Amino acid sequence: MARLIRKRETLLLLIIVVMIAIFSTRSPDFASPANLAGIFNDTSILIILALAQMTVILTKSIDLSVAANLAFTGMAIAMMNAAYPDLPLVVLILAAIVIGACLGAINGFLVWALEIPPIVVTLGTLTIYRGMAFVLSGGAWVNAHQMTPIFLSVPRTPILGLPVLGWVGIIVVLMMYVVLKYTQFGRSAYATGGNPTAAVYAGIDTGWTKFLAFVLSGALAGLSSYLWVSRYAVAYVDIANGFELNSVAACVIGGISIAGGVGSVAGTVLGALFLGIIVNALPVIDISPFAQMAISGTVIILAVAFNARRERNRGRIILRDRAAADTRTEAAA
Amino acid sequence: MSTVSPQPEKRIIPDRLGTPFRRIAASWEVLLFAVAVLIFIFNSLASPYFLDAWNLSDATFNFTEKAMIAFAMALLVISGEIDLSVAAIIALASTAMGAAAQLGIGTPGLVLIGIGTGLLCGIFNGVLVSVLKLPSIVVTIGTMSLFRGISYIVLGDQAYGKYPADFAYFGQGYVVWVFSFEFVLFIVLAILFAILLHATNFGRQVYAIGNNDFAARFSGIPVERVKFILFLLTGVMSGVAAVCLTSRLGSTRPSIAQGWELEVVTMVVLGGISILGGSGTIGGVVIAAFVMGLVTFGLGLLNVPGIVMSIFIGLLLIITIAIPIIARRIKAMSSR
Amino acid sequence: MMHAATQKHDASPMPEAKPVLEMRGISQIFPGVKALDNVSIALHPGKVTALIGENGAGKSTLVKILTGIYRPNEGEILVDGQPVTFASAQAAIDAGVTAIHQETVLFDELTVAENIFLGHAPRTRLRTIDWKVMNSRAKALLTALESNIDPTIRLKDLSIAQRHLVAIARALSIEARIVIMDEPTAALSRKEIDDLFRIIRGLKEQGKAILFISHKFDEVYEIADDFVVFRDGRAIGQGGLKETPQDEIVRMMVGRDVENAFPKVDVAIGGPVLEISHYSHRTEFRDISFTLRQGEILGVYGLIGAGRSELAQSLFGITRPLSGKMMLEGREVIIHSPEDAIRAGIVYVPEERGRHGLALPMPIYQNMTLPSLARTSRRGFLKAANEFALARKYAERLDLRAAALSVPVGTLSGGNQQKVVIGKWLATAPKVIILDEPTKGIDIGSKAAVHGFISELAAEGLSIIMISSELPEIIGMSDRVLVMKEGLSAGLFERAALTPEALVRSATGNA
Repeated sequence: MARLIRKRETLLLLIIVVMIAIFSTRSPDFASPANLAGIFNDTSILIILALAQMTVILTKSIDLSVAANLAFTGMAIAMMNAAYPDLPLVVLILAAIVIGACLGAINGFLVWALEIPPIVVTLGTLTIYRGMAFVLSGGAWVNAHQMTPIFLSVPRTPILGLPVLGWVGIIVVLMMYVVLKYTQFGRSAYATGGNPTAAVYAGIDTGWTKFLAFVLSGALAGLSSYLWVSRYAVAYVDIANGFELNSVAACVIGGISIAGGVGSVAGTVLGALFLGIIVNALPVIDISPFAQMAISGTVIILAVAFNARRERNRGRIILRDRAAADTRTEAAA
Repeated sequence: MSTVSPQPEKRIIPDRLGTPFRRIAASWEVLLFAVAVLIFIFNSLASPYFLDAWNLSDATFNFTEKAMIAFAMALLVISGEIDLSVAAIIALASTAMGAAAQLGIGTPGLVLIGIGTGLLCGIFNGVLVSVLKLPSIVVTIGTMSLFRGISYIVLGDQAYGKYPADFAYFGQGYVVWVFSFEFVLFIVLAILFAILLHATNFGRQVYAIGNNDFAARFSGIPVERVKFILFLLTGVMSGVAAVCLTSRLGSTRPSIAQGWELEVVTMVVLGGISILGGSGTIGGVVIAAFVMGLVTFGLGLLNVPGIVMSIFIGLLLIITIAIPIIARRIKAMSSR
Repeated sequence: MMHAATQKHDASPMPEAKPVLEMRGISQIFPGVKALDNVSIALHPGKVTALIGENGAGKSTLVKILTGIYRPNEGEILVDGQPVTFASAQAAIDAGVTAIHQETVLFDELTVAENIFLGHAPRTRLRTIDWKVMNSRAKALLTALESNIDPTIRLKDLSIAQRHLVAIARALSIEARIVIMDEPTAALSRKEIDDLFRIIRGLKEQGKAILFISHKFDEVYEIADDFVVFRDGRAIGQGGLKETPQDEIVRMMVGRDVENAFPKVDVAIGGPVLEISHYSHRTEFRDISFTLRQGEILGVYGLIGAGRSELAQSLFGITRPLSGKMMLEGREVIIHSPEDAIRAGIVYVPEERGRHGLALPMPIYQNMTLPSLARTSRRGFLKAANEFALARKYAERLDLRAAALSVPVGTLSGGNQQKVVIGKWLATAPKVIILDEPTKGIDIGSKAAVHGFISELAAEGLSIIMISSELPEIIGMSDRVLVMKEGLSAGLFERAALTPEALVRSATGNA
């Protein structure tokens, strides 16, 4: 079955390549390195949020508050930047990560200590965090001219043809790959979601693992908040409204099972890229941007159907060995 | 060969234990009702405008449409599923009605189209979950995007504003005195759904499926058929809510009812329906609707902006879920 | 008697070593039932201690306490003479306790190597997981167990026996000092059992203490040194196997002579009721045929994984057969769903009554009326009075013990829960009842009651298919026995030919 999982990612990659090829027939520049780099750059934030969501979903949870977290944290650091223009950018970025992590920790604590179902917790914090963004800002916007030049320029600075924003995306992807594959936490996440009972028997603290997953998700949301606010050069209460569902969609398309315990970083990245390419391609093929939502929705439904076929609960397949034996004896005859 | 032990005198097992009072007193609905009363008292103290009949009637518009959907959603959640596309169904149904209104179709036709669109969307969801056996939480995230996406394709950033005059009755009309059509409809639907869930075979089947869908299946309950019907119900209720909402607003945008799906789920969970399925009552949802309505209305009177109100709703949700859990922990710790 | 007179391999006699693990006065109380009552046992290094007892005697509760899943209400655990508390599963693992459970509790989606090393994976200098070392160490462990399983494939691709091996490899990887094996031979063929025993003897030589839980006497006498007998949550007797004849152990286990446990009544067997011809499933079983007659009890025997439950579920309509014909009372019927089956008069009492048979949080009477709602209701509206009347009728008939009909069925004991399930089906006036492991997890007292009841049903004219893995039960209750092996029919035995040896030989395919 390792083959099948790998097949899923390669299938997705293939689809993406085919899509790019098709779009480039309508617009020859579409497949140019510059354009592709641009698409990757545009999708970086979704990639980061999707990886955050993936970590949580692996543990059989869900985080509907990532976008609200992003909104609050983004507003906070934008206001900090406007009020204290001499604060070094590094401090602001660290503050964003820490604030985001704290918001994630609140989610994690409620799930871990009180064992409230994650969907309920994050449903609540989703409205609380966004409301807090309003309280913090008084409803006011922070506009581009209030932000320092460095705040705005760093993510846009191109290095080797890819803006820093895109590089941050790449670094996060690599980091998440290492975390999920090579750390105790990462493996515990897979175990916690894959078979919670067995995880407890194996000595894994599933509650703590979920807590850490939410903290990590919050931290990544915090990082994304700076990237978002800087990239769009504005901070207001409604930013990223509904984006949490995009992050779930990217995971689903990438083959992450909503039941937990299954999924890969590559899949998530490809799922996010898939959505990103669609968004970018629509103007190219003369489809109104208003169609984007409907297309995303259709893609999600197809992805879920595809996921479900893979996960369909097969019986114990008692006859399998016998079937294999029969074919062998037939071949030998 | 020995036989079975000789029959003892007939053992009489009582039907029920304890008095009804004890059972009722300890329930979620009572706790929630107490919260509702507290909020009512607080509101009347906080603002002189609160205890006015017409103002209170206006307050009901805050929750009636969402509550109609919440009733159907409650049944769905009890059965172990969820439908996040309800708000998008409102958008699509509203768009369909708006388009029909532009073509000159009269009110009865519009109502049929609105509810019919809801029904079709419900069938779509039902097929995906019941026939194709897809997990409802992610599949309805997909249909949510699809349905609202279709509205965006049709309307873009425009709006439909031309509705026949008598169409406004549903959302703006009154049946008697201060009781609006929407409020009366809400009460009627509450009663109907309560009967459906608590007094019919169908309702019992819904509970059984939510408690243990294997056992329900093994007991001969047509699990897929029941779930399909439940998705039809949420679709139809979303259509009904669309009629009311569109009538009340008098216009349609693709962004209508944005975010409502989460408010409906909040109402359901606040009403004591366990998100894991298998328990909860319509009465709880009714009280939760009032609680949410009272909070938003009361805060509105205090000129609190809408988005800050949602902080209170979010806090209310978490606190009301957390209190019984904390109480149980304290009891367990003190009994050691 | 099921006693294999084989010579035990004896390690050089060890002086009575101090116990590596002791339990003193352990009690475990759950609401309504005392699962363990003042239990004291000791496990010695280099010895295999067999834990014998019927289902429901408290064995799995003991295992959960030893592995840190439960904390005992009373008593203490000592490791190397020092009292310890296992605050969590990890604490038990750290103390050197590992368990191989009946149902392997591992991760389907993770690789074999990761399953072996989960929680204690080898690390690189940077404290990251070292996959290369993990894979090679896993390979080494598996090779030492004489298996060539590839450590990089996912667990879900392995057979039951192979999963057991992975569980054993995991036990070895933890360098455990105490290895608990819970019914490890349930799904194994003779050859695989021999391999397992060879491994156990190797573990003994390494000085590990082994707790071998089983109710199969021939295996116990073959591999174990000492024994502990559990009954109704108490440790009834302990001692060395060499000095204790099997009869004595059986008496300790059952509390009385085995004969009386199966009150089978001779019933006049009528004509054919259910005829199954060439029933096949795509992946689970093939070409099963038999005829069930009125008043007959047809036992179905086989190892775990033989396909018996899968067959039953197909007969009941949970799954669809690929091909095959069913004739009920002379007429062909097509069963595509449980509703069809119930309407035709075929009902199924599942093996896992908690998971498949009952909605545990729901009241007794609601569980009982679930398939019969059409009859107790009026035009689709529930009628509580009718429901209670139905529930009362069958509660009395089955001698149910409960505080009230409205309490959640999950609060009842295993035996009473089984009665609710049976009552639920009797209320539908069935012609054929399929019972899947009807006395699994039920204490010995209630077992006899269930058996007596089954006999009564047969006497009243019902036809019964009884799936069971317990030889005494199958032999005691059945008029005929169908044996299944790996999805195929391995033989149909008449009552006269029912011997344990014949059935086991048929089920395992070994001479």
